[in-house]
Formats: sequence, structure tokens, C-alpha cells
Amino acid sequence: MIFKEYTILAPEGIHARPATALVRLVKKFKSGISLKKGEKTIQLNSLLNILALSTKGGDLVSVVIDGEDEAEAASAIDVFFKDLTA
Amino acid sequence: MTTTKEPSRIAGIGVSPGIAIGPALVVRREVVAVTGITLANAAEVAAEIGRFDEAVSRSVAEVDGLIAGLTEAGNDEGLDILETQTEFLTDPQLRADVVQQIEEQFRTAHDALVGVTDALVQLFLNMDDAYMRARHADVRDAGDRILRHLGGRARQTRTYPEGCIIVADDLSPSDTIALDLTQVAGFATQMGGPTSHAAIVAKARGIPAVVGCVALLDGIKEGERLVLDGQAGELVLRPDDATTDIYREKQQHFAEQSAWLKSLRDVSAVTKDGCAVQLLANISEPADLDQVFENGGEGVGLLRTELLFLGRDSLPDEEEQFGFYQKIALKAGKRPVTIRTIDIGGDKEAPYLGLAREENPFLGYRAIRICLDRTDIFKTQLRAVLRASAFGNFNIMFPMIGSVQEVRAAKAVLQEVRKELAEEGVPFGAEMQTGIMIEIPAAAVIADLLAKEVDFFSIGTNDLIQYTLAVDRMNDQVAALYDGFHPAVLRLIARVIEEAHRAGIHVGMCGELAGDPHATRLLLGMGLRSFSMSAVSIPRIKQQVRETTLTDAQCIFEAAKGLDSADEIRAVCQSVN
Repeated sequence: MIFKEYTILAPEGIHARPATALVRLVKKFKSGISLKKGEKTIQLNSLLNILALSTKGGDLVSVVIDGEDEAEAASAIDVFFKDLTA
Repeated sequence: MTTTKEPSRIAGIGVSPGIAIGPALVVRREVVAVTGITLANAAEVAAEIGRFDEAVSRSVAEVDGLIAGLTEAGNDEGLDILETQTEFLTDPQLRADVVQQIEEQFRTAHDALVGVTDALVQLFLNMDDAYMRARHADVRDAGDRILRHLGGRARQTRTYPEGCIIVADDLSPSDTIALDLTQVAGFATQMGGPTSHAAIVAKARGIPAVVGCVALLDGIKEGERLVLDGQAGELVLRPDDATTDIYREKQQHFAEQSAWLKSLRDVSAVTKDGCAVQLLANISEPADLDQVFENGGEGVGLLRTELLFLGRDSLPDEEEQFGFYQKIALKAGKRPVTIRTIDIGGDKEAPYLGLAREENPFLGYRAIRICLDRTDIFKTQLRAVLRASAFGNFNIMFPMIGSVQEVRAAKAVLQEVRKELAEEGVPFGAEMQTGIMIEIPAAAVIADLLAKEVDFFSIGTNDLIQYTLAVDRMNDQVAALYDGFHPAVLRLIARVIEEAHRAGIHVGMCGELAGDPHATRLLLGMGLRSFSMSAVSIPRIKQQVRETTLTDAQCIFEAAKGLDSADEIRAVCQSVN
């Protein structure tokens, strides 16, 4: 199991377009991937759930990746959050 | 039955500027009702789930077909909307909710989907963020598409007569893509806000649009003549000839203006002989940045921070300030942003500071003078700025500096805050440069001494003029004496620029003179290469820069040097080379 923390760098949070990209990225892996903001935890394979979380720029989120390909998934997720800017 | 009706107006929110004149084409969304049918047994439940999955597959195939069509046409905004819709259609949460309603409440796939979609639409509509609220339309759109396939109905295609104005209760993302934008002159919707797809697409394509027009559909009939003003956010129904003529003229003016702006936005501010000039904007809050980018600003030369402190009952704490600066840092990205620390005094409304009423607030207890006295306030602001600087490209500057000692004292506090943050392990931008405003004549006179203390100067002309000439421009009886072209003011400015160059530090200007097109060549001639102004002034100044040469600018400066009145200097500055 891999645990990662990120600050959302996109000023307006995770909008529909990057959220779509994130869901598609997550679906490529067999690992279960979830995201936690505050008290809420969601599975990252659902666009509805990502948007419903309504993240804002500056929010701190944590991602938990668990499964056989977790190392590859974690590095892909890492790239996604680091590139997620304006 | 024909009746002659009077012209009338409907107000909304203008989301894409421009004027459209044409006949109305009315578009209404079909209302979907729940059937109330209850399933009889487990076999029917399984069959309904199967029907739902089947309808989703057909919906996805339909969207795939649309994507293929758009890819060929090179329509990128449309593609994004559809890629997102595919994810909504196949969302595991959506399916789980629908299946649950079918299995546990014995509802049909149709009813379950209507229920789930309605709940999701409500969830999004209740969000505190305007962008997320607008996403309810995407959910509704995806739901409607699956519903149509559940009912076995194919998508109907509309035809749009050329030059029509679409008038709709709401335009779904799919509607927006289906609109043949080469035919449509503009559109107005009853629902929707500035972040709806319709608004975004309209803006991207330069089609005038107004949203949020309450009771729009009650007043308009198909084919009726309309004027739509996307700037004012207004519709005129049944305009008479005189009104139409006025709007035709506006339409013409807008077209010329936007062509001019467009021609300048993406070109660089370089003189004819190749000297690059930095054009920045003065702003007060994060939202102002949009206008900066639209006008081609390279960054922010002055972020006023007073807005954080005014019109409230208590000081903003570090977290609130951090949030404000961080928003700006994230939005500006790599572009430079120069933050001015609090410039507050007895003339501004901040009762919680307990500032006494002063006879002469502009010569009183204000700005850095308060900060060096009330270091608690100052340190909180500096901590917030430093922390936010980790997310962007910040510089910081102190206003109302009159002596070397004040700069040293302010820098000492900044250093203290840096040390504290480092000890706490809190990240901050190590590269942040420190500068001062040159707005008190004393500072201009000792520019050589001050230059040894800082990384940059920013010349604040508004205060520099009023202090140098001892003129309060709010006082009508002396306002005419307030003049940036007064030789005394210009000598001070020239001196500051020269001393900055001698010391090898950066110098910019952030007062109104920087945005005055008549002063551009003169300031270039003095050696100024960085101008910060209100965002809307940027295109005009850029045009000035691009039409001149450095040689010409230096000639203007030389000619102005020998003159003894502001009027003569202004005349030289306005002369055509």
C-alpha cells in the first residue's frame, strides 16, 4: 500500500477536464486507488465522486494506492498531480 | 392573430461580449416524468438492469460517433465536453445508484435513472463553487442521453437558420456542441451562469451571449426580431428602427475594437529597433488576473493588499491572508507578481486598527510607518506572503519609504520572519526579491543610497506627484496644479531610473503615468523598461512601444530636459516623430 499527499496546485481545484484525465489514468491500473480530502474518502474511478468532492486550489489531499501494480500507479498519479496547474 | 407590441428589454448576465441582431429561435428542453411503474419480480429487476446497461452502451457509442466527427472538424472544446460525458455515462457510482434503486425499490430503469440524476443535479446545484454548480448541466445531459436510449428514441437534429439568435430555457453541453456556430448570431438562456459550457464556448468562439435571463421564454415568440447585447447583458425585444440603428453602430464599433485588441494581445512589447519592454498590471484581487491575461499583461507590477483589510471589523488572520495570496500565486503561475505590503492610513476605513483621525492623513501615520510600529500586523502579513510565495513567483515591496533606516528596519522584520519559517520547516519561496516604492520625494532624492539596500525600485507616481507639487488632486481648487509632466516630477523620475541603473537594480513604474500613452516615449527615453498599469491600458501602451524607436524616445527626453513648463513638455511628448 502506498500513501501520498498532495497540495492541489490548480487555482480552481480539479475541474472536469483534468478529472476526466485522472479517472482514465486510474482505470489503467488494477490497484484500488482512493483519495481523501478532510473526512471524505472516494474511489478515484468515479468522475462524479471526484467532482462532488469540490476540491479547491490549495487543498491538501491524500491518495492511497493498493494492489499489484501500485508502484507504477503511484508514479503515474505523482506526475498527474505535479502537472495539475493552471 | 397579429398584435403590434411595444419594444421591451430583458436583463441577464452578459457572458460573451458583442452585439447580435436577428430573429429568435426558441429551444425548449423536454420535461421528463417518472412513470411510477413497480417491477413485479426478480426476473423483471434483472431485465431492467440489463436495459440500463444496454442504453449506456448505446449512449457511449453515440458519443464516440460524435467525438469522431469533432476530431475531423478540429473542434477541441467540444471534444473535452464529450470526453467528460463518456466518463459520466460509464461512472461506476451512477450505475451503482441506479442498480440499487431498481433492486431495492423495484423501480424501472427509467424511473431509477430519473431519481438518481435528479439527486445528483441537486447535489451539484447546492455546491458553494460556481464552477461546480454549473456541472449539474453535465450530469443532466448524460442522464438525458441514457434516458433517450432507454426509450428507444434517436437524437433529433435541429436546423438553424442563418443569423438566428437562440433563445433557450437552458442549453445542455450536448446542445452547445450541436449548435452550428457558423450559423448562429448569438444566444440567450434563462438558466445558466458564467461557467456553463454555453458561456465558455460562446466566449471562446466570440459569439455574443447572455445567460440567466429570468422569464426569458415568456416574452419571446419564434421568429421575432431581437437585439442581444453580450456586453451589457441585455436583450431588446421587437426593437424599433432607431434602436436597431444604434445597436448596428455599437456592433461595428465592437468589431473594430476587438480586432484591434486581438492584433495586440499576443504580440510582444518591443520597440521598432528591438528594445523589449515589460508591461504589467496593477490589481487588487485574484479575479482581476483574468483581465490582465486578456489584455496581454506579462504579470503584476503592483498587487494592492488593502482590500484584505478594509470594510471589516477585525484584522484578517494569517490563514485568510495566505489563502488570498496563494490564489493569486496559483493563478499567475510563473508570471511575476509584486506584492505591496499594507498601504493603510487614517483616510481608510479600518476601525479595528484604532487609528486616530488625522488633520493630514497623507502626511501621517500610514503604510510602513504603521507596520514598523505594529510589527504584529506586519509579521502576520509577511508570513502569509512568504508562505504563498512557495506557489508562485512573488516579489515584495514596502510603500511610503522615506529613509534608508526604514528600509533596513523593514528588511530586518522580513529576515526575522524568514528565519522563523525556516525553523518551523514551513516552505517559502527563497528567490523572492525585496524592493521599495519610490513615492516620497525624499526617497527619490536619496535613490543612490536606497539602491544599495534593495533588489528593485517601483516608482509610484500618484503619491510622488502630490508630494512633490504639494497638491491634493481631490481638492478642485488646486487639482489643475497636479501634473505628472511638471519638470520637477520628471527630474525626480529620471534621477531614480538613472540611480537604479547605476546600482544595477531593477526599476519599474506603477503609477498612472505608466499607463499614460503620452508619457510612454519620454519614460522609455529616460531608460524605463518596466511599466505597470490598469489592465485595460496595456494594449494602448503596447501600441505606443511598438510604434516608436529607442532613438526617438531618447530625442524626446533630450528635448524635454530643456523645457520649463509641463505644457511644453507634454507638447513635445505628443509630437509625431
